[in-house]
Amino acid sequence: MLTAQFLLLGAVLFCIGVYGVLARKNAVMVLMSIELILNSVNLNLLAFSVRHGSVDGNTFALYIIAIAAAEVGVGLAMVLLIYRNRRTIALDDLSEMKG
Amino acid sequence: MLAAEATAEIHASTGWFLENAWVIPIIPAVAFVLIIFFGKKMPMKGSEFGVASMLASLVLAVGAAWQWIQRVDGVSHAAHSAVEEGAHHAAPFVGPIIREWTWWQSGGFEFGIGQHIDGLALTLLVVVAFISSLVQIYSLEYLRGDRRYTHFFAALTLFSAGMLCMVLAPNMVQLILGWEIMGLCSFMLIGHWWEEEANSRAALKAFFTVRVGDMGLLIGTGILFFSANNWTQANLGVSGFNISGLSAWAMSGDASQSALTWGAVALFVACIGKSGQFPLHTWLPDAMAGPTPVSSLLHSSTMVVAGVFLVGRLYPVFWEGMKIGDTNINFIVLIGGITIVIAALLAFVQHDIKKVLAYSTVSQLGYMMLGLGAGAWLPAIFHIFTHAFFKACLFLAAGSVSHSGSHHSFDMKKDMGGLAKKMPITATTWIISTLALAGVFPLAGFFSKDEIIDNVGHNGYTAFMIVGLSGAFLTAAYMTRATYLTFFGEARGAAAGEHHDEHDAHAAHVDHGAHDTHGAHDAHGDHGDHGPHESPKLITIPLIILAALALVAGLANATPFGSNWENFKKYVEPSSEYVMVESAVASGPGESIVVPAAEEGAKKEGCAVVAPEEGMACYFPTVSHAKFKWSKAALSLFIVAVGLVSSWLFCVQYYTRRNRRLVGLTERNTVLRGGYKLLWNKYYLDALYEKVIVRAVAYPIARAAYWFNQNVLDGIVNAAGKISRRVAGWVYRNIDQRVVDGAVNGSGAAARGTGGALRPVQSGKVNQYGALLFAAAAIGALILVIINT
Amino acid sequence: MLAADLLVAQNIGFGIIALLMIVGALRVVTVNNVVHAALWLVVVLSGAAAQYLLLSAEFVAITQVLVYVGAVMVLFLFGTMLTRARIGAENDLNNKNWKIAIPVSLLMLGVMSWVIVDGFQDEKLIENPGEMSQVPIQLISDDIFGPYLLPFWALSFVLLVAVIGAIVLARKD
Repeated sequence: MLTAQFLLLGAVLFCIGVYGVLARKNAVMVLMSIELILNSVNLNLLAFSVRHGSVDGNTFALYIIAIAAAEVGVGLAMVLLIYRNRRTIALDDLSEMKG
Repeated sequence: MLAAEATAEIHASTGWFLENAWVIPIIPAVAFVLIIFFGKKMPMKGSEFGVASMLASLVLAVGAAWQWIQRVDGVSHAAHSAVEEGAHHAAPFVGPIIREWTWWQSGGFEFGIGQHIDGLALTLLVVVAFISSLVQIYSLEYLRGDRRYTHFFAALTLFSAGMLCMVLAPNMVQLILGWEIMGLCSFMLIGHWWEEEANSRAALKAFFTVRVGDMGLLIGTGILFFSANNWTQANLGVSGFNISGLSAWAMSGDASQSALTWGAVALFVACIGKSGQFPLHTWLPDAMAGPTPVSSLLHSSTMVVAGVFLVGRLYPVFWEGMKIGDTNINFIVLIGGITIVIAALLAFVQHDIKKVLAYSTVSQLGYMMLGLGAGAWLPAIFHIFTHAFFKACLFLAAGSVSHSGSHHSFDMKKDMGGLAKKMPITATTWIISTLALAGVFPLAGFFSKDEIIDNVGHNGYTAFMIVGLSGAFLTAAYMTRATYLTFFGEARGAAAGEHHDEHDAHAAHVDHGAHDTHGAHDAHGDHGDHGPHESPKLITIPLIILAALALVAGLANATPFGSNWENFKKYVEPSSEYVMVESAVASGPGESIVVPAAEEGAKKEGCAVVAPEEGMACYFPTVSHAKFKWSKAALSLFIVAVGLVSSWLFCVQYYTRRNRRLVGLTERNTVLRGGYKLLWNKYYLDALYEKVIVRAVAYPIARAAYWFNQNVLDGIVNAAGKISRRVAGWVYRNIDQRVVDGAVNGSGAAARGTGGALRPVQSGKVNQYGALLFAAAAIGALILVIINT
Repeated sequence: MLAADLLVAQNIGFGIIALLMIVGALRVVTVNNVVHAALWLVVVLSGAAAQYLLLSAEFVAITQVLVYVGAVMVLFLFGTMLTRARIGAENDLNNKNWKIAIPVSLLMLGVMSWVIVDGFQDEKLIENPGEMSQVPIQLISDDIFGPYLLPFWALSFVLLVAVIGAIVLARKD
């Protein structure tokens, strides 16, 4: 097993996630894409944890999972609020500028 | 192995009270919780918890003090038998009883809570517990029927818990904890009658002003911790928060001078805020908006000496940081000296009896700081001790006057005068305390204040000795004025039995007017019609006890009577002996008792003169003591007498006989008028803070933020549009007009395209912003990678 | 030669799971049905858990399954249902931005792959795969409640704030 293979997998997932964040219109889909990004980071952390033979990476990964849970909770609450006020969760329609 | 034997003896002579002194602050803390949850249901509305807890704390504190005295005696006997030649220059080392439990550790840092019991801590413990008990008893009557009676006792009890916790703190973290609890309680108690706007303003002012200083406490603790931690861990096995560790570090000679200096300056800023020193003293007189027992307990005798206590507690840090031993002027002594004089002058123009006392407190705190700054540690700490009794007594007497004599007014000029006959007990206690405050032999103030002045001169701070002497004159004079206006001369206003309309009284005395509105008056309305009379027993008994102590407390360290009377020096002043370092502290959770071994043998040089050798540590600098001479004391006594007599004569002429030459002098003479105006406006310091500093700092920041918002942020947004439009215009003018025909349509499209290309950047769409962000990040990363390869 | 066999097996496992994950991730960001996207996300997240197992991080893998596949996915499905009555294919899930998004993400992928390949070359993650023992949970707990206690507290606080914030935001007044 090479170090690079895990990191590359992480990089691919990250970029797919970035694409999702940029290209998706629906707010829930954007949140899902953010989950992809977070997971790719976790993958990197664990790979480095093995590489350095230390537990710290595992600890950080656990923290990130917890943070992600909080983020999804608050994010979906915000989406609900937006939906209630605007009857849509398409991010494009949220803009009030005339650009 | 003499050292080992001595150690064993020391271990044997610690007692239960000493080892369990940490219980003392816990009792009022528990009582606070009980009052909050069950107080309203109790027959005495929760006050019984407060009084009982304070009495219990007092018993424990006295027990601990008693065992400490025995311990010191035991050690000095052992030292005397061990060292036959008796050539030791310093008192034998009596180690503090330190116990610490680790309650939190993170990343190698350990935070402990526990006790650090030595003479200084015990002095403050006894004083705080004692005054708190008396003030709570007094408040039983004084606040009877108050709307927030239960909350008042809760806050008062919590305050005592905080102060006791701070006093026996073994490390800076616990000290800060107690310090901040006191600040909170001070805020709650000043604003006790918050319905009056002036009161809540005073509470806020006190809180914020002290908070300005508290920044210094945090910064100073941080500086000291990070510079001392390695040394203390290596040599003593304690963290850099530990107070005895910090002391040993400061005295070790290994400490960085700049860290010491800046740490000491930052900590002293905190002391300036808490102890009402110039220029942050302005909150203290306003704090008199609180109920009188609060002024008596917090704002004169206990809480405000916290700053003095901090300097005394970390004295080695200040000693080394400020170079107290080597110079004849430093930051502490300068601030102390300024405070003495300016506060004493302010006391002359006050009409409110409590404000006179407040400025007097500020001035006396200045004396303590002056003493500490000039190396007179012992007299300064002794002054805390004596000052607590007579100043608490003065405040309680002022409260008694307003309670029963002047119909809840504190205005000396309007509502007092001639009360001595109507209120004999209050008047007597007041006069005794006044004389003690002025420093009349043989009352308490003489022994402490005169010692401070004497030692300040002895240590080479001659200029500040003169400041101290003039302060003594001013003290005698303004206290005589207050005494005369209150208790002598003709009765005026409420003191003469007049009843003005309730609302008039409120308007005139915003400070305390609210007292009536909360029904405190209704409760004793049955005798409210009778005019001035003596206060009930619950008020007079604490007064009598305190006045008695004001009479005799000075004898605890009566230097004039020879060394046998110098008990404070023997039991309170830490020894400046070199001691063996024992790094016996257990790491991790659990408790530990460090009792450094007593060191036998005599040394030629003291601590602070020569750095300790390897394996030795100093915990206190060698301070010299002035030898008492009656000739020097006579000078200060003469000055005090002149102050008393001249002020008395002036008052008789001015207030009673209405002497033509004196009355209206301030209006006729320009210089005097200017001085009076300056004092009346409190040196314009409040105006400076509120109008200049707050405006100069807060307004520009707000304006700058607004400007930034309007011009920069909006500017960026607008600029993109504007630039595109201008580019489009330029393109239109130059290309469209010049390149004739044919190209007209093409250039028009190009112009609109340029504008259009820039406009979508400001779309307001999240995805688009995200795309820009990620693209920029990727390009940035790419550039970095290219540069680095 | 047991170690070598193990290595081969691990590599094969990695390849299959990685392929699944990449396909799943691509479906998550391209599929035109929110519920389907959520289900594809489950595939990716479970794949990630499997990768964690390969990296001998059992505890994190279990947590991943419990928290992500269990709780977070339920949240997503609820969010979908609460905001969209219609559960089915939609046409306008993508916005016009995909033309920018593709080059941007490709650019990032290029930069990152270059750096990773250039930096690690063919460095082995661990010399002898047989030595790779599972991380004892005890060590992790020592780590969390030892040097990283402060972030743990901060995290607890963040979770508390998130719970309160989510309730306040989603509450109907």
